[in-house]
Amino acid sequence: MESQTTVDPAEVAKFEAMAAEWWDPNGKFKPLHMLNPCRLDYITSQIAAEFDRDLTKPLPFKGLRLLDIGCGGGLLAEPMARLGADVVGADAAARNIPVAQVHAAQSGLTIDYRHTTAEAMAAAGEQFDVVLNMEVVEHVSDPLAYLTACQHLLVPGGLMICSTLNRNTKSFLMAIIGAEHVMRWLPKGTHDWKKFITPDELCDLIRKAGLDPVDRKGMVFNPVTWSWSLSSRDLSVNYVTSSLKR
Amino acid sequence: MDNSDLCPIVACMTYDSDILIAGGGLNGPALALALAQSGLSVTVVDARPAPARAEAGFDGRSYALAIASKRLLSAIGLWPAVAGQVQPILQIKASDGLAGRGAAPFFLHFDSAEIEEGPMGFMLEDRHLYRAFLQAMDAAPGLTLLSGETVVAQEVTPSGATVTLASGKTLTARLLVGCDGRGSGTALRAGITRVGWGYGQTALVTAIRHEKDHHGIAQQFFMPAGPLAILPLPGGHHSSIVWSETDSAAAAIQALSDAEYLEVLRPRFGDFLGEITLAGARFTYPLSLSLAQSFIAPRVALVGDAAHGVHPIAGQGLNLGLRDVAALAEVLVDASRRGEDIGAADVLERYQRWRRFDSTTLALGMDSVNRLFSNDNPALRLARDFGMGAINALPRLRRGFMRQAAGLSGDLPRLLSGQPL
Repeated sequence: MESQTTVDPAEVAKFEAMAAEWWDPNGKFKPLHMLNPCRLDYITSQIAAEFDRDLTKPLPFKGLRLLDIGCGGGLLAEPMARLGADVVGADAAARNIPVAQVHAAQSGLTIDYRHTTAEAMAAAGEQFDVVLNMEVVEHVSDPLAYLTACQHLLVPGGLMICSTLNRNTKSFLMAIIGAEHVMRWLPKGTHDWKKFITPDELCDLIRKAGLDPVDRKGMVFNPVTWSWSLSSRDLSVNYVTSSLKR
Repeated sequence: MDNSDLCPIVACMTYDSDILIAGGGLNGPALALALAQSGLSVTVVDARPAPARAEAGFDGRSYALAIASKRLLSAIGLWPAVAGQVQPILQIKASDGLAGRGAAPFFLHFDSAEIEEGPMGFMLEDRHLYRAFLQAMDAAPGLTLLSGETVVAQEVTPSGATVTLASGKTLTARLLVGCDGRGSGTALRAGITRVGWGYGQTALVTAIRHEKDHHGIAQQFFMPAGPLAILPLPGGHHSSIVWSETDSAAAAIQALSDAEYLEVLRPRFGDFLGEITLAGARFTYPLSLSLAQSFIAPRVALVGDAAHGVHPIAGQGLNLGLRDVAALAEVLVDASRRGEDIGAADVLERYQRWRRFDSTTLALGMDSVNRLFSNDNPALRLARDFGMGAINALPRLRRGFMRQAAGLSGDLPRLLSGQPL
């Protein structure tokens, strides 16, 4: 795919404005910012457990090669780079790439952002210790083919973290009616409820793709504290899973 | 395109430290130690020259540390350095006094034997606490103390803050924390406005020597002009006193000779500790409430008096500041371990959400307590004497008050529970 070779200051100013929008906790991407600490708690603790890293030490993920699929403005890629991982951020939307690059530069982080897809990277033979696959699988047309590409992207013993939305009446009310229509957290049509996947279905697909599911947790929104937290029991709407490549 | 190619166009920041703290009083060093011990790099800018602080003699200035504050000092490794210099507060007696007449029949009595946490607090002299902080900061890796320096300008970018010092030196950090008191320059430069009012009262502070042993009992007399607190210092025969008068009376009293000063104090104090003599320097502090409209701004957080300067009733000023320290340290260390940008707006918002309600409630609560007690209306006196008697008669209510005063209620940060970050 295309790669930029020259830098146009006027273009960069536009990307800086878009980056500011991506990173405004009260802006367009507020729901992602609200969910982010909870997602990061899960991701960091799973990586730490799997690769025997101590999160209280500086740069705990040093030496790990990590791919963030659907990286957007870099909300997950930047924290991973800050923790020492060697990060590739991939997004199928070309407009996100320079925006993420500009923000990483502002933050003093080095991240390899690419306009590409999991399938294209797998075909090119790229390999990672960790693949982050967060809130993507509910948007793809062929989940099994996609998850198989993710499996190819992992080294043996590698870890995939995958989050998505459950399919039931509650998730329809919360994610479609609540988030898109009532709270207007997300643009209408962001999600197609029929593409939501139950945890059991996802684990079946993950196994078929050649990975072993090892953990699953719910991510639950608490309207009193106005924040998200992890739950071992409530996977009824948002949930996240960990799987290992055999 | 690699990120670094963008640096000639985008403001790419490098940081001299993760966190820059303006103010080297007590909250600043406490926060700096907690953060540095968790692996963050910290620079503290302190206006005072270090040797002057380290060599301070006895001046009577001291703090009533709540149990939660003691736990924080233990968690950051400071307690062993001061443990030999503290006076445990074993009981607190609060009563409604009329000058010259002693205490009213109903008074509040809190005894540490009633709560399992042990003493209700600890008296510690300012100079001992300062010295312990200086030694700990000196020994802490990742912590730089710049003494005799002040911040004169600050500027924020999307990813950090740059400050200019009086010496002309500039420093960058991801986050600037203002621990610079109620006249906080950090808050002012960040455009944070304040609300507040004076009380028309001034606190007179000194230390006295008394004939009889205080037995670790702290006393608080609520007088028409304002409260008189008698706080036990180590050795049994010294106490720190904090005493409020109207501004004009306080100015007149402060101008008196030591002998005349004692003559004014004696009838207020009573004779329950026998003969009293002055043992420390005399200080005055005008009392006022000063609340910052926000505890945060882009790349800026406020701690302690910079966020909420309170009436020093019940000795809650430092304790409240250390609660901010514990909450901010926890928010920042947790964010850092998640890989988050520690100066990002949503991270700072977590700190503000956690602390603002608690500190503003306490500040306004202390304000109304003072207004209630600094009043000579007979009906009000009767009502509050009755109220105090009622609190005494209800052990559960009394224990609730004690736990609140000890800083043991509410959603406690880990440091205030004595746990590491």
